Amino acid sequence: MPNLRFTEKALSDWMLGNANDSDIAISSRVRVARNLQHIPFPLLATSEQSMEVLDRLSDMEKYDSLKSLGTFYMLPLDDIAPLDRKVLVEKHLISPSLANESEHGAVILSEDESISIMINEEDHLRIQCLYPGFQVREAWEKATVIDDIFEAHIDYAFDDTRGYLTSCPTNVGTGLRASVMMHLPALVMTQQINRILSAVSQVGLTVRGIYGEGSEAVGNIFQISNQITLGQTESEIIDNLHSVVLQIIEHEKNARERLLKESKLRMTDRVRRSYGILSYAEMLDSKEAAQRLSDVRLGMDLGIIEGTSTSVMNELNVMTQPGFLQKTFGEAMNTEERDVYRAKLIREKLSPQQH
Amino acid sequence: MLCQECGNKPATLHFTKIVSGEKTEFHICESCAREKGEMIPGVSGGFSIHSLLSGLIDFDTANKIKSGVGKDIQPLRCEDCGMTYSQFSKAGRFGCSSCYKYFNTRLDPLFKRVHGSTSHVGKVPIRGGAQIQVKRRLQDMKNELQLRIAQEEFEEAATLRDQIRELEKGSIEQ
Repeated sequence: MPNLRFTEKALSDWMLGNANDSDIAISSRVRVARNLQHIPFPLLATSEQSMEVLDRLSDMEKYDSLKSLGTFYMLPLDDIAPLDRKVLVEKHLISPSLANESEHGAVILSEDESISIMINEEDHLRIQCLYPGFQVREAWEKATVIDDIFEAHIDYAFDDTRGYLTSCPTNVGTGLRASVMMHLPALVMTQQINRILSAVSQVGLTVRGIYGEGSEAVGNIFQISNQITLGQTESEIIDNLHSVVLQIIEHEKNARERLLKESKLRMTDRVRRSYGILSYAEMLDSKEAAQRLSDVRLGMDLGIIEGTSTSVMNELNVMTQPGFLQKTFGEAMNTEERDVYRAKLIREKLSPQQH
Repeated sequence: MLCQECGNKPATLHFTKIVSGEKTEFHICESCAREKGEMIPGVSGGFSIHSLLSGLIDFDTANKIKSGVGKDIQPLRCEDCGMTYSQFSKAGRFGCSSCYKYFNTRLDPLFKRVHGSTSHVGKVPIRGGAQIQVKRRLQDMKNELQLRIAQEEFEEAATLRDQIRELEKGSIEQ
């Protein structure tokens, strides 16, 4: 199976890179939506039309210049087993809609998994670039280079007034969605989060849980992204997001300092308790696991806990998801079994002999 | 307050949508909400962007018809993919790029609500986008010309004016 390498490890190579502010801004992502001229959007395209889109966009010889950005693998979704698809979604490499609803869908992945090019998702082409930490500008720069490589061979659906035409009216114009995944436990603990999140929505940004639309924020992880794609240039969109994220980072830092100063004992107790539970529990449901992992990550950032690392935390965030658990333990599990395996996996990862 | 959809039952669901400071309120009764397939926020089943959008598009049309503005509206249809405006308003998604052309007259209010704007000012494809690039550059230069004149920087203004003329000559010849 060609896709195994992408679903074997929980942690993508791109996550290993060091980046500024990666204690609060976990990762940055940019997605660009494009469509081919004269072919209906995937919602209405016939099987033949979707096939044609796939043929035209997956011709890797034509897009030879992609090679300058690394090695790429073309994976048709039909060749990927349902469980592996689930894992790719949990690793944010493909969207749930590509995994479940797409006809003749495919994904082109770079070796380090930092670039994911989805074909026949909601739009014909969706270029996604992922970076560790707070590097939303870098992600946009890479995405626009890839966009140009495709555009050199493909006539995009583009209109002078409306810009890049997309299936959903919320993406029209730039087709650009930029987002930063943030760990904000101190803002949640000090109950400032709602005030900040509502301020964010006033400036054309939106906040979601980590697995996208409709999901709740688990483990104090929030995804901040632009809502507006029309009437602003790409750099305005990126700059706006950049400056708001910077401010949120500042607020989170201040809240952490205050918590340390005013209630160090309580904080230390909470963090160490969570570490203890993760190290010894026999069963853990996903919600508790996410909350305890958030506490431990905070404890690490504040120097309360040593002997584990951010990358172990990032790895566990993916590994404790249902798809990855089933992949690791190789069987269909009921909820109780999943809780047992989740606890076992976390215990193993946190045990001292791992480091 | 009565439901703004059926006008019969009392409105029990109140939505407020704020986009770029512009506030829009919807008041509907529960049976209209269910009939329209709207998911109710806070109740099971989640709440997708498409259902919210389709609500926005629908309300927009309903308001127009009620106020008499849209009485002469023919069923709008995209001649390329066959999608009707009402299908679009249900799905919250376009069928093809031509839908933008055929539904054009109705799209400004929707885009204004969602994005606070109706026109693209960002990136332009390199191939086939040359004319647009020139047009944008000309506009930028004309704006700067006005600024120079206002600041009484006449030498720079004259140079700019000549550059604009050259560019206009070039783009017309193209």
